[in-house]
Amino acid sequence: MSDPLTAAVGLPTTSVPSRPATGFWRRALRHRSFVLGAALVCLVIGSALLSLVWTPWPAYEIDIASKLKPPSFSHWLGTDSFGRDIVSLLLVGARSTILVGIIAVGIGLTSGVCFGLLAAARKGWTEELIMRMSDFTFAFPAVLSAIMLAAVVGPGMLTSITAIGIFQIPIFVRVTRGSANAIWAREFVLAARASGKGGFRITIEHVLPNILSILIVQATIQFALAILAEAALSYLGLGTQPPQPSWGRMLNDAQTLLFQSPMLAVYPGAAIAVAVLGLNLLGDGLRDLLDPRLARER
Amino acid sequence: MTAASQPLLDVNDLVQRYTLPRESLFRPPGQVLALNGVSVRIEAGKSLGVVGESGSGKSTFARVVMALERPTSGRVELLGRDLNQLPADELRRARRDFQMVFQDPYGSLDPRQTIVRIVAEPLTALERTDRATLRARVSAVLRQVGLRDADMDKYPHEFSGGQRQRIAIARALITQPKLIVADEPVSALDVSVQAQVLNLMQDLQEQFGLSYILISHDLAVVDYLCDEVAVMYLGRIVEQGRPEDLFDHPAHPYTRALLAAVPRARAGRVRRRRGAQAIASQSSAATGCPYISRCPLADQHCREAAPALRRIGETHLAACHKAEEVMALPAVAGEAG
Repeated sequence: MSDPLTAAVGLPTTSVPSRPATGFWRRALRHRSFVLGAALVCLVIGSALLSLVWTPWPAYEIDIASKLKPPSFSHWLGTDSFGRDIVSLLLVGARSTILVGIIAVGIGLTSGVCFGLLAAARKGWTEELIMRMSDFTFAFPAVLSAIMLAAVVGPGMLTSITAIGIFQIPIFVRVTRGSANAIWAREFVLAARASGKGGFRITIEHVLPNILSILIVQATIQFALAILAEAALSYLGLGTQPPQPSWGRMLNDAQTLLFQSPMLAVYPGAAIAVAVLGLNLLGDGLRDLLDPRLARER
Repeated sequence: MTAASQPLLDVNDLVQRYTLPRESLFRPPGQVLALNGVSVRIEAGKSLGVVGESGSGKSTFARVVMALERPTSGRVELLGRDLNQLPADELRRARRDFQMVFQDPYGSLDPRQTIVRIVAEPLTALERTDRATLRARVSAVLRQVGLRDADMDKYPHEFSGGQRQRIAIARALITQPKLIVADEPVSALDVSVQAQVLNLMQDLQEQFGLSYILISHDLAVVDYLCDEVAVMYLGRIVEQGRPEDLFDHPAHPYTRALLAAVPRARAGRVRRRRGAQAIASQSSAATGCPYISRCPLADQHCREAAPALRRIGETHLAACHKAEEVMALPAVAGEAG
């Protein structure tokens, strides 16, 4: 009776070689949108880091005598209405952009994912309660929550971070719960239950790893949205306060001078576009690369 | 059947009722009896095949036996312990003795986990084991199912359907269980691979004295592996006995119909839909034989009294008033051509 068994050993088990651990980076470097996205994101992060040690001009130095200068060798992108160097402002502004993005998405991601996983694991009234609460939160636009918060605690970076963070929670709750529910319906979860694993271990060992790529992609998109929201709040005067520069504030300042020097609005706008585009491309690339079944190279 | 020793599995009068989603606010929600008084005993080392069409309750039976669902009523006793009365922690430890193999070898393995983690899952659920021991046990069990050590660190997508089902079987074997519940273990596989997996299951049975509960719609599969067969229809066992009893002298018209369907194995679509209709109407029709709408032999008596499962041979039970009449009919194989 051992014949079919030994015959079976000879089956084509050798056909697929195991992928080496370095495969991820090799594939990543060939993935065009990942490389481009990563480059743009690195550019933004690099500018923020650079601004900590060096800027062409002191970003806070007001020099009314040389206001609204066109691009030149000393001021590469010219100066604003206070005579501040645009390049320096953009570099320093990247700091608040990144800070707001990371903290706000961090708030949204951690609490949103926890609630979403809980909703999917417990079902029943727990799920119902969490989903209705997130609908409730979702009904308030970030700008409105920020205005309310600003009315209570005053405007500032912390206010905009909190408002954007809270606004992000229901989005992550929905994405997490939706994709986690799909995983809970899979047979390998049933197999885990048949092995004696409880809801918590199944969530940590099966559900979370399987939805992680979706969450990472969502996080990069939300990061981009957070940057836009931060810019919008700063533009409205609710976010980063002067004299601290941010891209949104620069847009706000440029607005009044739109006809005299329209380029003042273009620079921060382009910076925001680069950051958002970079994050979106990075998210797309990560989605492809994190799927072990998609060994496909683009 | 009358062994004095304790049976491996004793299932007693199992009922599982599902409530359907409410269709109207003013009508009570509909109910489906997925299991309607199922009782079976399995002696250690013996295997039971459960056959029936889609919707006959065989997968529900598997899930209830695996204690993945609580039955509405009835008992499932494994080695004398009622699984549904055990505290959660003890049930978890008891799971060492019964494991499951699923139908879909693509869906039952987590695509994000390596084979070593997948196969070791029943062990890691039970106890903390260090890495070296774990890998040694996985390697041993992988060799038993005809895979190699080198496969341990691969992912499921790198394997074919048959190999994946071997991995699933390895996972079920790793705790050295006494009972493996296999829900359609080969129906998702190519015919050529089916035979290999069935051979493997048979070898393992001989090697370890395993018992299987083999759920299938394919009578040939059950015949190959099982000592006893139960035919299910609408949540009841309508015929039960040794494979040779059932296949040579079917005593229930439904078993005959199943046997007649074998040569045209894939022509069962219409039949299945009719089965689904019968489930829906079943909750209202309380009296009479549940098979009446499809039975060519039904008469007034069948409409009035539901037949109970009764003994018609030494090891042969059937739930039909006309069992003797059915057995006297010419063999199905000749009929089917």
